[in-house]
Amino acid sequence: MKRRVLLATAAMGLGLATGGAAFAQGMDNVKACFVYVGPIGDGGWTYQHHQGALAVKEAYGDKVEIAWQESVPEGADGERVMTQMALSGCNIIFTTSFGYMDATNAVAGKFPDIKFEHATGYKREHPNVSTYNARFYEGRAVVGHIAGKMTKTNKIGYLASFPIPEVIMGINAYFHHAKLANPDVELVVTWAYTWYDPAKEADAARAMLDQGVDVITAHTDSTAPLAEIAKEGGNAWGFGQASDMAAFMTNDDGSPGPRVASIIDEWAPYYVKRVGALMDGSYEQIDSWAGMPEGEVVIGEMNDAIPADVKAEAQAMIDAITAGDYHPFTGPINRQDGSAWLAEGEVADDGTLLGMTFYIEGITGDIPQ
Amino acid sequence: MIRLERRPTPSRFWTGATPVLAVIATMIAGGILFAALGKNPVEAIRTIFWDPLFGQFASYSRPQLLVKAAPLILIAVGLSFGFRAGIWNIGAEGQYIIGAIFGAAMALAFYPMDAVIVFPLMVLAGAAGGLAWAMIPAVLKIRFNTSEILVSLMLVYVAGHILSAMAFGALRNPEGMGFPGSRNLQQYPAAHNAELIAGSGLHWGTVTAFLAVIVAYVVMQRHILGFQIRVAGEAPRAARFAGVNPARLTAICLGTSGALAGLAGLFEVSGPSGQITPDFASGYGFTAIIVAFLGRLNPLGILLAGLLMALTYIGGELAQLTLALPAAAIQAFQGMLLFFLLAFDMLSNFRIRIGRPEGAQ
Repeated sequence: MKRRVLLATAAMGLGLATGGAAFAQGMDNVKACFVYVGPIGDGGWTYQHHQGALAVKEAYGDKVEIAWQESVPEGADGERVMTQMALSGCNIIFTTSFGYMDATNAVAGKFPDIKFEHATGYKREHPNVSTYNARFYEGRAVVGHIAGKMTKTNKIGYLASFPIPEVIMGINAYFHHAKLANPDVELVVTWAYTWYDPAKEADAARAMLDQGVDVITAHTDSTAPLAEIAKEGGNAWGFGQASDMAAFMTNDDGSPGPRVASIIDEWAPYYVKRVGALMDGSYEQIDSWAGMPEGEVVIGEMNDAIPADVKAEAQAMIDAITAGDYHPFTGPINRQDGSAWLAEGEVADDGTLLGMTFYIEGITGDIPQ
Repeated sequence: MIRLERRPTPSRFWTGATPVLAVIATMIAGGILFAALGKNPVEAIRTIFWDPLFGQFASYSRPQLLVKAAPLILIAVGLSFGFRAGIWNIGAEGQYIIGAIFGAAMALAFYPMDAVIVFPLMVLAGAAGGLAWAMIPAVLKIRFNTSEILVSLMLVYVAGHILSAMAFGALRNPEGMGFPGSRNLQQYPAAHNAELIAGSGLHWGTVTAFLAVIVAYVVMQRHILGFQIRVAGEAPRAARFAGVNPARLTAICLGTSGALAGLAGLFEVSGPSGQITPDFASGYGFTAIIVAFLGRLNPLGILLAGLLMALTYIGGELAQLTLALPAAAIQAFQGMLLFFLLAFDMLSNFRIRIGRPEGAQ
């Protein structure tokens, strides 16, 4: 699949965080290599991973060497690229798309001394394979609150990519917090069936705007939805996705642009931590799912289209999630059919989230199958 | 004054020499491009053309050349028949996808039965899938005189959507926990198109590609079909008089290229790729068009052109990795190759004359 944020439906069943063999001795010099699914200039997913790679270089200077390859197709090509990397002396290889899952495990089996890190996957067939992902739903909760407060038509939109748990989790987090902020809010979900296709994304955004939706969050990568929202001339709003998309923050005339905030994927803390662990000898096999507390999910600067009180509320939610005081999926929350999911004060467990295939109460429509 | 004079017949010398010239010109222009990007051009060219063959890790990359080249050669050989006859199948990518889907579906229907018959049936299914997909533009052209260029190209997009539907639906791995993508055929021994000799890069697809080259060469040179194809392409009117049936020729050319593209898809999905995923298609069907022309639509030329193209891919990857050249620069470099080839092509059809035209005042 063109990338990535496919989370393990039942990763739990595979035995998480095996702890694995600790690789005790450290290293003085590390060569860290990155396999990218898109071009670095995509302005979204791959761009953010590359920022993380550059941060590693920044953090350790001459002690690390970084190398990368962009636009690597998933499948046979990915496997060859990883093998070439392993042969050419990489000590740790980050494969940054879901579709590299089988290839990563196959190559890892042939090079037991090299560490492999696979983004968003769930297979760790060898002790030298770790997996990592980020809790993007924390960001969805914050923008959901903003959307609920800002909508004038009481109709908010979610431009969805594929009906997989990662996306459904995002939809639920977004709607739940919009509803808490504004009990009258209704959600329109539009499926684009793509991660990156500016024309399709723009069409989907337009379709929602024409139905009276006035706040849209996208689960696709391009800036096309924001460009479409901009045509509404300050009557509709959206959010940056994956990267900050700051170009849409302010209009040319200085008025607030259509991008009122953004959900940024920050991979730098994870990459710096893992390469550092390899150098100081504390590296272990892990399954990482970090979020705001670790700095991996970041809300970009909120612009002045958001009223000051809403900004303060959003910031309070960010602070609470970051401090670990608040979980975006805290009960009471019912399923779409009205049956109870989370009781008052109950917090969703990771397993349920990773395998989420149901909408919460209040969302109309079905998940396509 | 420089002017061009059409040759009565294409020059044999230049037909053979232009691909070599094109490669040399690409190296020079590519070198300038790499130098402009601040890289050492000699090192970059060496990394692309020399290292995969004779570099430090050549024992790994040489067999990979065969793996990468095999589908390109197989598809390009099929396309060359039609291209020579003036029948333009631009949709090999779609036939490749459908062949892979048919082949994988056959394998998954038998899963997990361990029987020797599974793989041969998959091969038949793959060829049949590609053939069927190519017969759509063929039949439309024969019956309604539609453009096979447009129809075959549009069917690529249809095939892409079918691929996506299969990966999310009918062929999805029931043990894949809801994720798109079929079972991995590499983990199903009866269906796995494994390397015949470990570390050699030779799998059934490579072997079939070599066979296709030989058979195509014989057909083109020795068989009446080869004669008909050449005549149809070079002198369509004469072909009519020679008793060539254009409808039959259309069906044969599109059908052959479709079946070979389907086979290429089948060998890829059961071997190096392993899975039907929404992104299984990786452009082999389009790149093969370049390979076919680079190889002068000649089977032996296509063999060399396919290997050269694979070399630029694998060498290009090495250059990205070791020299941090951007992927776009490598793609531009590959594009230059076709550009120069077409530009130098002029030399085989035209003579360059310097001076006044004869008979001019």
